[in-house]
Amino acid sequence: MTDTERCPVDDLATDYDIFDPDYVRDPVPAWAELRGSCPIAHTERYGGSWLPTRYEDVQAMAKMVPELSSASPGPIVIDLPVEMRQQSRQGYNAAAPISADPPEQTWTRKALLPHFTPKAIGPERDYSERLCNDLIDGFIDAEGCDGAVDYAQQIPPRVIASKLGVDQSRVDDFIGWVRGVLEFGLTDPELRLKSSNLIRDFFAAEVVDRRTNPGDDLITALCQTEVDGESLPDEVVIGMCNLQLVAGIDTTWSSIGSALWHFAGHENDRRRMAEADDALWDTAIEELLRFYSPVTMARNAIETVEYGGVTMEPGDKILMNFPGANHDPDVFEDPDTVVLDRQRNRHVAFGAGIHRCAGSNLARMEMEVSLKAWFARIPEFTLGDPDAVTWAGGQVRGPRRLPILFG
Amino acid sequence: MKIHVDRDKCEGHSRCYALAPALVDVDDLGNAFELNDGVVPAGMEEKAQLIIDNCPEFAIAVIED
Repeated sequence: MTDTERCPVDDLATDYDIFDPDYVRDPVPAWAELRGSCPIAHTERYGGSWLPTRYEDVQAMAKMVPELSSASPGPIVIDLPVEMRQQSRQGYNAAAPISADPPEQTWTRKALLPHFTPKAIGPERDYSERLCNDLIDGFIDAEGCDGAVDYAQQIPPRVIASKLGVDQSRVDDFIGWVRGVLEFGLTDPELRLKSSNLIRDFFAAEVVDRRTNPGDDLITALCQTEVDGESLPDEVVIGMCNLQLVAGIDTTWSSIGSALWHFAGHENDRRRMAEADDALWDTAIEELLRFYSPVTMARNAIETVEYGGVTMEPGDKILMNFPGANHDPDVFEDPDTVVLDRQRNRHVAFGAGIHRCAGSNLARMEMEVSLKAWFARIPEFTLGDPDAVTWAGGQVRGPRRLPILFG
Repeated sequence: MKIHVDRDKCEGHSRCYALAPALVDVDDLGNAFELNDGVVPAGMEEKAQLIIDNCPEFAIAVIED
């Protein structure tokens, strides 16, 4: 939908629009208004959905299992033309465990989690440190760079490609496919399906390869994982790889980009981080995750659920508004200010409950390594043309163009 | 002071482990458990409160003052 076709929103409580350019640029005022007037809002747009805005409600709804299903975790109803429906992969293994409910969610998650614990991601830390410095080498002699395109966007695809053990030279393809699914594809079902199938075909070939030529990588490890004495089926491994790519790229680059956007525009915070110790880095990263939480997931009711004064009917979509929850003044003091040394920060940027982001440790590490590497070599920087900054929103919110000037 | 991580509530956010590896560890799935039977060494009471206040699952509690 183009902006000229977009109907203006006249009542947020009954007609919010997650793709409204003002909402994408800064959703905080809309959440504040709704928390005061209609904490669980509804819209008919994009197939209809509910939007909780209070921390307590988002926490409660994230834990409504099995009443709310994760089988269709995208934020809008994708209405595929009939002739394309049979090409679309449905079911729990499309991207397990994120697309699964218990019991499949439980065993697929158990198969995946050991590879993403704080201790398991050591090799990725070393890799990320080298990568970030190589990227900075590429632009540090210039007057500036695009912090989103030249830096943030380049990091997560390479880290996850390295972990999966796939060809690094395909990174531009990965970026294109993932944006085709999560960004442009949300309003273009054909592109979404095509991108999704390209990812699946790519990983189907990788899985066939690892079954005969095992390597030292995550795809091999998943191929060799047994649940109750049986290997994971190919379809499940392919779905898990799909998840790694789709969930591991847009999200983390959005967080790194939002952090750079913040510091480029907030001189005092930038100066403070240029001299930060590890304790301040830890709280600052959590605070940036809270304030600029990129990810909104969704559930679908599979039975009638009455909660918080609303009745959700079977099939209704409910947005897991983790970003909105993280700005709730009932939980966070001064929620709409970035407080770099915030000590109490029970944010839910990575979700809550059984679908807590499986890659959260990897994402935090990438944020820490990328921002520390940047600040070590580029402690002074400002925003270039503010009007040239663009934001993506919907499922994953973050800057997509971010001109930065050094010095 | 004694703390306890409720293993049914913990979902592996690892914030406690990042903030206070002397008080908690994580298992092979990344889920947390208290060290030293939950006994908080003298002088680390504030750290214990910090990990309680930063758990997104409300999974850590003081079980003995």
